[in-house]
Amino acid sequence: MRGQWLNFDMKAVITVLGKDAVGILAKVSTVCAENGANVIEVTQSIMQDLFAMIMMVDTEKCTVSFAELSDSLVALGEKEGLKIHVMHEDIFNSMHRI
Amino acid sequence: MLNTRDILETINMIDNEDLDVRTITMGISLIDCIDPDIKRATDKVYDKICRYAENLVKTGEDISKEYGIPIVNKRISVTPIAMIAGACQTHGLNDASYNSPIKFAKTLDKAAKEVGVNFIGGYSALVQKGFSSGDKELILSIPEALATTDFVCSSVNVGSTKAGINMDAVKMMGKAIKDAAVLTKDRECIGAAKLVVFCNAPEDNPFMAGAFHGVGEPDRVINVGVSGPGVVRAALSKLSDTDDISKVAELIKRTAFKITRMGQLVAQEASKRLDTPFGIVDLSLAPTPAVGDSVAYILEEMGLEQCGAHGTTATLALLNDAVKKGGVMASSHVGGLSGAFIPVSEDAGMIAAARSGALSLTKLEAMTSVCSVGLDMIIVPGDVSNEILSGIIADEAAIGMVNSKTTAVRLIPAIGKKAGEELNFGGLLGGGPIMEVNKKSPAKFINRGGRIPAPMQSLKN
Repeated sequence: MRGQWLNFDMKAVITVLGKDAVGILAKVSTVCAENGANVIEVTQSIMQDLFAMIMMVDTEKCTVSFAELSDSLVALGEKEGLKIHVMHEDIFNSMHRI
Repeated sequence: MLNTRDILETINMIDNEDLDVRTITMGISLIDCIDPDIKRATDKVYDKICRYAENLVKTGEDISKEYGIPIVNKRISVTPIAMIAGACQTHGLNDASYNSPIKFAKTLDKAAKEVGVNFIGGYSALVQKGFSSGDKELILSIPEALATTDFVCSSVNVGSTKAGINMDAVKMMGKAIKDAAVLTKDRECIGAAKLVVFCNAPEDNPFMAGAFHGVGEPDRVINVGVSGPGVVRAALSKLSDTDDISKVAELIKRTAFKITRMGQLVAQEASKRLDTPFGIVDLSLAPTPAVGDSVAYILEEMGLEQCGAHGTTATLALLNDAVKKGGVMASSHVGGLSGAFIPVSEDAGMIAAARSGALSLTKLEAMTSVCSVGLDMIIVPGDVSNEILSGIIADEAAIGMVNSKTTAVRLIPAIGKKAGEELNFGGLLGGGPIMEVNKKSPAKFINRGGRIPAPMQSLKN
């Protein structure tokens, strides 16, 4: 099951791409925790210098709106020089599954 | 199950390959706004549009943020205004209290600005078989309407497979295109860029400038147009030079499927949030002037030195068909134009091909027989006569009529400029070189008027 996600309801997929540095995972999960988003699963890989992390979070009990969660994570990405996307999981389900 | 590769593929498509939803278009019927009093009619039109589309832009932005998909445009299409304006009393050019349909154009423009959309389509008339009350007045008012408004788009259907071609309307439209350019000559002739002449116009097209809300449509509806030439080109670039054409077609189909699924998701979500029925997803590959997001580059990726080379029509036919086959399975309702667009000024590869001389107007005409739309966003010399413009419209309408497909003409005569010079509209409309036109006159043919009879294909019953 490596690299695959279990399927729950109302999920966001957070992807983080950029140069590897200390504490990326911690910083991203802190923002999630502050906003009540529950991290369900994480995969990360580092190829040479490039850091790629995909995080599945449950936004059911989120204390802020999806847009606000997305804004704060994107802002974190800009501060840290990382490219962070927060997207509803349905987009991937519909594009890649029949 | 989602897997990492799929997630990264989607993100790469959005970040690097210009994947987006080109437009969410809300179609609004204005039939119930008809009133003999033009003031009351325009008030009703304004109120209805503002009421229905109040949350359109915000909903589009919310969906865009939540799903992480850029949604470039939010637009509105309305019932052809000729039908609404035709019911207003004191109508008629010779009447002292003549009420110009331009009042409707200004109302549409004001409503568009109020709700924040960037185009509103439907300053239109359907005259394929003849003119009904209000049609001629509307057509005559088009140049002024486009010059005095910012967001209004106009379209006129002059022919269909079932009805033939209305040559009187073809003649009027040659003049309308020219006049629209003349009235806006200090603004890069932008008026003509907002005017489309159709044959077999679809009634559920979400793309501008040709969108209008057909009479068979519901009171309001959400139609979505997808995009993604950059994604298709990027996928093809991974093939090796020796992969055969079946493989090319297969890859385009797969890519079109993914793009359309995204469009379908956005359409359903918008429909749900706006409490408006979902109409169709338009499967068109719509290019933008952004480098990479070009239909011409897809054709070149298949193996042409430059778009316009011999072989271009064949590559375009393959692309157009494969996009439909991939897209049809991805959406529950497909409609609109659904095919590859080839608007010259909006496509970096087409602009380059026109500049280098590889792409000519005659080649483009041939290409329109195998893809959607037609002669789109082509800049022609400003001294081209009205009859020649009508001749181009007649040729294009004939291709549509005989092949039971939509064709259209959106030409921009560059007033005061000659072939080789350029116009620049900016934004999505792009810009490009003025293309050479055959100057031999079709005037006698155009001035005959009347109707080209419907072809044998119309006798299907």
